[in-house]
Formats: sequence, structure tokens, C-alpha cells
Amino acid sequence: MKLVMNRNRTPAAMPLLTGLFLFAGVFCGALAHCPSIMAEEVATTSNVQTAANDADIVWQVEKQRTDAIAKAMKSTVCVFVPGGAGGGSGVLITSDGFALTNFHVSSPAGTYMRCGLSDGNVYDAVIVGIDPVGDLALIQLLGRDDFPTADFVSSRSVRIGDACFAIGNPFLLATNLQPTVTAGIISGTQRYQYPSGTLLEYGNCFQTDASINPGNSGGPLYDAHSDLIGIIGRASFEKRGRVNVGVGYAISGDQAQNFLGSLHSGRILDHATLGATVGTEDDGSVRVTNILQSSDAYRRGLRYGDEILEIDNRVVQTANDVQNLLATFPAQWRVPLSFRQDGRVVHTVVRLASVHRGDELLEKMKSALPPPPPAPQKPPSEDSEETPDSEETPDSEETPDSDAPDAEEPRNDESDDEEEAPDAKNRPKDASREPVPLAAAKRIEERKGFANYFYNQQQQTKFIERLRSQYAQLPSSENGWKITGQATIAGETKPKLFEMIIREDTCELSIGSRRERLANPDAYVQSIDSGAAGSLLAGMRSLQRMLTNGPDRFGDTYSWGTAPLFGRSPLRDTTVAIHGGIESRFFQDPDNGRLEVIESFADRDGDPAELWIDPPQWLLDTDSKNLSWDSSAGQQTDDDITTVSNPKVLHLRFGVDPLVTLNLESWTAIETDGTPKPEQDKANDAANE
Amino acid sequence: MMPPTNRSRHRLRRHFWMLFLAALMIGMVMEPATAQPSLARSSSQVQDRVVKIYGAGGVGGLDAYQSGFIVSPAGHVATAWSSVLDVDPIVILGDGRRFESKIVGFEPALELAVLKLDGSDLPYFEVPSGADAPVARWGDPVLAVSNLFNIATGNEPASVLQGRIAARSKLDARRGTFQTSYRGEVWLLDLVANNPGAAGGALVDLDGNLVGMLGKELRDRKTGVWLNYAIPADVLRAPIGDIIAGRKTVSPVDDDPMLSRDKSHNSETLGFKLIPDVLETTPVYVDTIAADGPASRADVRPDDLVLLVNGRRVAHQRAFREQLRRIDRRDNVTLTIQRENEILELAIRP
Repeated sequence: MKLVMNRNRTPAAMPLLTGLFLFAGVFCGALAHCPSIMAEEVATTSNVQTAANDADIVWQVEKQRTDAIAKAMKSTVCVFVPGGAGGGSGVLITSDGFALTNFHVSSPAGTYMRCGLSDGNVYDAVIVGIDPVGDLALIQLLGRDDFPTADFVSSRSVRIGDACFAIGNPFLLATNLQPTVTAGIISGTQRYQYPSGTLLEYGNCFQTDASINPGNSGGPLYDAHSDLIGIIGRASFEKRGRVNVGVGYAISGDQAQNFLGSLHSGRILDHATLGATVGTEDDGSVRVTNILQSSDAYRRGLRYGDEILEIDNRVVQTANDVQNLLATFPAQWRVPLSFRQDGRVVHTVVRLASVHRGDELLEKMKSALPPPPPAPQKPPSEDSEETPDSEETPDSEETPDSDAPDAEEPRNDESDDEEEAPDAKNRPKDASREPVPLAAAKRIEERKGFANYFYNQQQQTKFIERLRSQYAQLPSSENGWKITGQATIAGETKPKLFEMIIREDTCELSIGSRRERLANPDAYVQSIDSGAAGSLLAGMRSLQRMLTNGPDRFGDTYSWGTAPLFGRSPLRDTTVAIHGGIESRFFQDPDNGRLEVIESFADRDGDPAELWIDPPQWLLDTDSKNLSWDSSAGQQTDDDITTVSNPKVLHLRFGVDPLVTLNLESWTAIETDGTPKPEQDKANDAANE
Repeated sequence: MMPPTNRSRHRLRRHFWMLFLAALMIGMVMEPATAQPSLARSSSQVQDRVVKIYGAGGVGGLDAYQSGFIVSPAGHVATAWSSVLDVDPIVILGDGRRFESKIVGFEPALELAVLKLDGSDLPYFEVPSGADAPVARWGDPVLAVSNLFNIATGNEPASVLQGRIAARSKLDARRGTFQTSYRGEVWLLDLVANNPGAAGGALVDLDGNLVGMLGKELRDRKTGVWLNYAIPADVLRAPIGDIIAGRKTVSPVDDDPMLSRDKSHNSETLGFKLIPDVLETTPVYVDTIAADGPASRADVRPDDLVLLVNGRRVAHQRAFREQLRRIDRRDNVTLTIQRENEILELAIRP
């Protein structure tokens, strides 16, 4: 589940009510007013000791506030685009340097930027992953493994009126690397801010009256305990110019965490759509006004006129709520959905589609954002003296003093600065067309469709290492497997014997007297499309192929990120591998790495064959008729399976319904010469590669 | 036994306070969260009394939305007088309920309008008189609750901004630089409260008491500085009270009989001409004045906008003509007009 940070704030506020006027005043207002207000209050209180007491409370509150700010400052990042092409703010969330910022901050920098922390150091940073629709970017600061970090607070615990502060780099003032602190309250929750086109959409975000100015973008909005409420991203600027108007917005921490796992994959992420439109009716219900027949929601039974009740276990009351919630999910996630149809409440789980198709998102990114201002070519000589002062213009975000921080601070990567000169030509260039420092260049790999493929490669390595260690005790997959046991078809009670052959060229499944043989790509596609039991062979064959060949030689393989399984937490590590027209998605437990599910897609507009490996008991009993989200079943019950033992149960599902469960009795490797290939399949084998 | 001396009593008291302080500090150590102030309670307790108002506008840089707050359980809503109210506005309550409303009260000099919607048992603000104790003082922390920028729709909560009262002062200290007809005292605020759509929102103290009504956007013509202000609740109390009690209304009179054309007033008998009535709702702008006519004697001038006739609102020329039909030609007529930023009351004697 989500981070639980919901501290009980109310009860102990009681003894402090006497000081309410005082501390609220101190907290809200300009610091300069404090002494006079205190003096005034002291003078009007008859009991001097009460005043002393109040003053003491003020002192306590004040100290806690400054302590919280001092702590929070450490994790604040000041982002500078090399060459003075802009910048912004960010916040560190892991000790190995991963930090969140805005897409619109990182975008002018491309793959490399410089980041200052309040410790006075400038760090090299590389892009990791981006979410152009949600305006998020994950970057990694390099050079330390003990960066100070901020922890997310649960977005649902944040209330209107809660104290908060924004720390960051407004107007890029932090050329001395000391960020700016502005305080305020949460002015609104669950706000929706329209996107420009389909990019930079802010759903379910927070609104604050802390001063938000250009350059605060990407920075943290902290609560009074210096925990992270969200990522500041935009403000309502209208006729008054680009300065604070008392209305700033922060992307919710919950949304950021939904995307975080996928940002780690180095991909360019897309957002989700239900495939249906909804409207708020006069009676206050939210009804489907249009629905795509190709959507998963349609396959799960949602129809025109149905009333949406809950999404992701959150009650929706207006069409706005639906839009607000959907904007916080990555594409392809499966989320719980409850709706009412003909007086009957249906609980199900829907797979959300991508907002964009194909390269549409990449095209939009190109056109939606203005190209970075042309950075002046740096003269080869030392230019560390120049520190142009541009702080009077509100737009100084665009034209900061260029490399002042860089010039003042020694670069913190290893001392190979000198010897890297020769290969500098081959390194990627930063926004000022200078070669990126070696330490950063080592962590940058550009590839179409990815923000930084380096990180995807890392995740793939982790994926295959975990997979291979989990199945280390399985018989060799080299020439295929033979698996036997008892099969139970859903709806039947009597198990039947089954035998399964998994080979690179041909796969076979025999249950009782029925036999399916798949020998070419079309056969797998047909099997999945028709929802046949044999479609579990697709998943098994992907597993065999992945163990044997690894991601590099499997086909098109990439780490996808993290996604819930069957609409439930925790988020699983997800890897996609495409071969022979079938897309396989591997879901691994994030903690122990156990492979839980392989989904095989024949077609984006159809249900995948879900092959569950040693599924939890609740799942075996779950179908579309008894699915509900209010029971606690299954939330934490699948931990009793040891990770290294060989699979005992294979379970095939389509949509939300089970199809067949296999209880395994034997799992053996096929000898090369032991089982000669059947003659009639040879023709198909050729087509298979 | 000796009675405790003064000194020992003092010591006792000191002990008590030390204990109390110690208890407090223990409480803080054990639950650091507690000492952190949150205005969540102050914010939520007024949400059900602040409303979103939608009306005319949406073109030419004019916003079609603003804020208001409920001042009677029967559904009187105080808001800022503005072009949004050129049509009968739609009012959305905090719970998302949607009402059509009528403008029942209108104080041009206060930039105040009172709407009436068909409700009962609604939560509402008492408008304080400030007679017993000042409504607020310099330096007081306040919350501005409004739907600025129309961020919230339906049942979504209004935006809450925090700040302090910077001063109580008269706007006309800089007369001429601010485009406002309001001449009275205002709360000057240190927060960016007066944004598009914030006009008519509630300014409250931390206990949820009404302190004032947020004003319109106001910009100094010379310096370009935007001013943030609210009209104090004690200034609003009497006019709002009069309107709620029905002692004062701007609703057109329907019970006075229509007189025949040769017995009633019209603009000719008053001695001026209006701009051509070409629209459904042409505003009542004076075009020309007859020399030595009654209007001329009362100092009516071209380009004056007639807001009220004998205290009754005339939103357009049709309403103006109809009002005049109910006034005997021999009677005086009082016009409330807007001339640039001034609200004037002119009595025309036939």
C-alpha cells in the first residue's frame, strides 16, 4: 500500500488552543511582524506567566518550524541547465541521488544538467525518465550514495489549511546554491488544471498560496514536518505577469509515486484513459456518455448509461472526479472499477489504455515545448568572472547567470577530468553544446522512445538476474521442458491429467483427451484470441525463451516500470518482451523478485492470457461474479510462498475469470536427442524464427 | 497552621505553571506533530457558507464568475456588484447544489449586491456590527475564501489563502489612481486575495467569523501596483440587514399602477435622451441633455450610467422606461448614476 504517514495531528492540539492566535499568526505571517505581535499579546495579558507560557509555545513552534525547514532544505535541488538555458528546482527522494523535477524543467537540458544542493556542491545529473503528460521527470544526481532525501506524505492525509512550504530556486536566485523558502497553506486539494493540448495535465493536484514563481517548478512542497506533499509545477499566471498571484499548484505525491517506478525504467511515459467519457447527471450520478468497444472497460461490461461509483476504490461524485483520478495513472495500469448497471453493482478491474498511440507522444513533445533558447557558444577561454545580474526581470528563469555556480564550485566527479579530454568528441553534448562530463556520459544512452536507455538496461539486468536466480533449480530450459500433473478446468470439479511440452519450436498441452499443439506465431495469436487453455503455452514459452536467451536475444525487450497486479498493490516490477507477434509482460514481486504473472498479448484490443505462477488462494476463487474490493482478501496473503522453490501451480486467466489451474507433479528437461521433433511441424518451424 | 503567605502562594503558582509547561513540553516531545499549526479546521468550517457565482461575461477580458457568501438561512447571498450580475446569476453552494437567483439588493457605493436564492436552513455568516469589539485589528491573521480563477467547480471546495490585515484605511487616500467607486474604509491585506473571481469572497478570522468581503481587482493606474483589499463586515452590516429585512430593495416595483403615457414620466419629461436602444439589454447611458431641462438643472451629464430610479434597479432601458411609467409626471425622480468611478444620487425636479 501507499506510504502511511498519516499522523494523528488533532488530539494534542488541545493544550495549545490558548496559543492558537499566537502560533497561527506567527506561522502565517511575515516574520518581521512576530516580535511586535508577541509584544502586543504580552501587554494585553493580565497574567504575566500566561504570557510567558504563550511565548514559550511560540518559541517551541518557531523552533520546530525552523528545524523542519533546515531539514527540508537539504533535500532540495536547484537545477541549472548548462549554458544558461533555464533551470528550476527538484527534490531528492533516494540516497543514491534520484530526484524528481518537472518535465518542463528538464526538457531544455536534454540528458544532462547541473544540480546544486544546499551543502554548497554542484553535482552532475542525468535524466532518467520523463512523464511529459504529467510534467514529471526523474533525474539522478551523481557522485554520492548518501544524499539527503525527503519522504512522501500520503496525499489523502493533506487537508485544506495545512501549513506547507515551498523550497526551491525561484528566478534562479540560488546561484549561491542556497534555495529560497516560502511558506503558506494548502489552499485547495484535488484540483484539476487543464493541459496544454494533452501535455502538462495536472490531475488531483494541490493548490497553495505559498509564493510560487518561475524557477520554483519541479521543486518540493513540504508539509510542516518537512515531508513531501508534492512537486510544484505551475501557477495561475494571468494579467499580472509571471509572478506569484497566490495560486500555485503541486503534483500530488500519490501521483508522483504512481509514476515513479516507471520513471526508473528510463522510458517516456504516457497517461491513462478509460476509453469512455462520462457526464454528471442532474440527479448527481456520474454516467457513461460514450464508450469505445475496443476498451477494456467495455470488455469488463461497462456500457452506455452505466453509473460509475468508484475508481481505484475512491468514490466519484462528478465527472470531474473521474477525470481528476484518471489523470494520476500511468497507461496500461489495471485499476479497480465499480459501476451500477440495471440496479446491479459490478466490481471489476479495468486495464487503462494509453492516451497517445504510437509515436504521437513523441511528436507532441516536439511541438508542445519551445526549443531551448540558443545557448551562446562558450569561448574556449576562462569566463568564470562574468556573473550577469538579471534578478530584476521576472523572466530571469530563462536567462540566469549562465555558469556562475559551475565556475565557483569544483566539479565533483572523479579526477579523470583531464584524461577524458581525448574522447570528449564522442560524448553526448549538453545544452550549451559542451561535452558532458565522463561520469555522466557513462550513464547516458540515447534511444528513440526512451529518455535514457541506460537505466532501462540496468532494470533489464536486474530482471533477468532475479528471474534466473528464482529458477536456478529448474531443469535446464535449453532444449525445452516437459511438465505433467493434474489440471482443473474452471467450473469443473474433477481434475484431469495433463502433459505440457515447452520447446522453442513447438509447444503442446494435453488435458485429458484434449490436445493443443502450437507450432507457429499465428497459432499462439489464435489461441490467445479464442481464449483457449493452450494460450498458457505462450507464457510458458516466453519464460523458457527468456531463461535461455536472456533479454538481449529474446526479441524486443525493455523494462516497463511498475504496475499493480490485478488492480492491487504492491506495484510489481514489469518487463515487456516481444517476440513472434506476442507481447509478454513479466510481473515480479518488487521485494523478493519472484515472477508472479506472465501476461501474453496477441492484440492490444483483446484480453491477454494471464499465466499466474503459484497464485495466492484468493485469486483461484475469484471470478467476475464474486470480485469485490471491500474484502481484505489477497492484500497480503501471498507471502507464504518461498521464492526459490520450483513452481507448483500454474493458473490461466482471461479478464477477471479463471480458465484452468494446473497442479504440477513433474517438471523435466527435454533431452536433445530424446524426443525427436515430429515430422509435420518442420515447415512451421521455419516460419517461427 | 499558618495561612500560606503571599510568597508561598506565589511559589505554588509558579510550580503549577512549571508543571503545566513541563506537561506541555512532554506532550510536544511525544507528539511532535501536535505543535505544528494547521488551519484545516478554520478553513473547513466556512466552506459551506461560501458560494460560486456565475453570470454574464466571458468576453472582452471580463470574467463570468465570482464569489459570494451566504448571509441568511433563507438564502441571501452577499457578493460584489459587478458586470457578472448583468444577468440573473447562477449560484452554486458549497455542497454543489445549483440555484438560480435574483438580485434583491444593490448598494452601488459599497460595490455590494445581495442575491436571493430559494433556500431554507442554509448555513450562513452573521455579519458583525463591530459595535462591541472591533471585527478585526491590524495584524490579525485572516483567511480569504473565494473561488479565484474559477479553480473549483460544483462541490469542490473554495480556495483558501492566508495572510494578515495590514491596515484599515480609506481607498480614496489615493483618489483617482484606483478605478473604484468605493470611498469608504477597507481592510488592506498582505495576501494576494483580489484575483479574478475572488470578488465577493469571504474574509474570515481563524474562528470562522466574517471580517469582510473581498473586493474586486484593483490596480493603481500610475504605478501598476495591484491592491488587495476587503470591505469591512461592519460597513456591510447595515445595508445587508436592511436588504434581508426587506426595508430596502432594488427590485422593480410591480404593485404601483402603470400610468398612461401622458401622465407618467419618460426621459423627455426629465430632459435627456438615452443612447439608442438597440440591444435586448441596452444599458441606461445618457446620450444628450436638453438645455435648461430638469436633468440639466440636476447636473445629469452625457455618459452617465443610470443604475437606480427611486432606489429601484434598472438593468436596461426597457426596465428604465417601465419604471418611469409608474411615476407621476408631477413627482420628483431620484436617479442613482455612475459617472466614471463615482456613484451619485441626483434628484430631478420637473
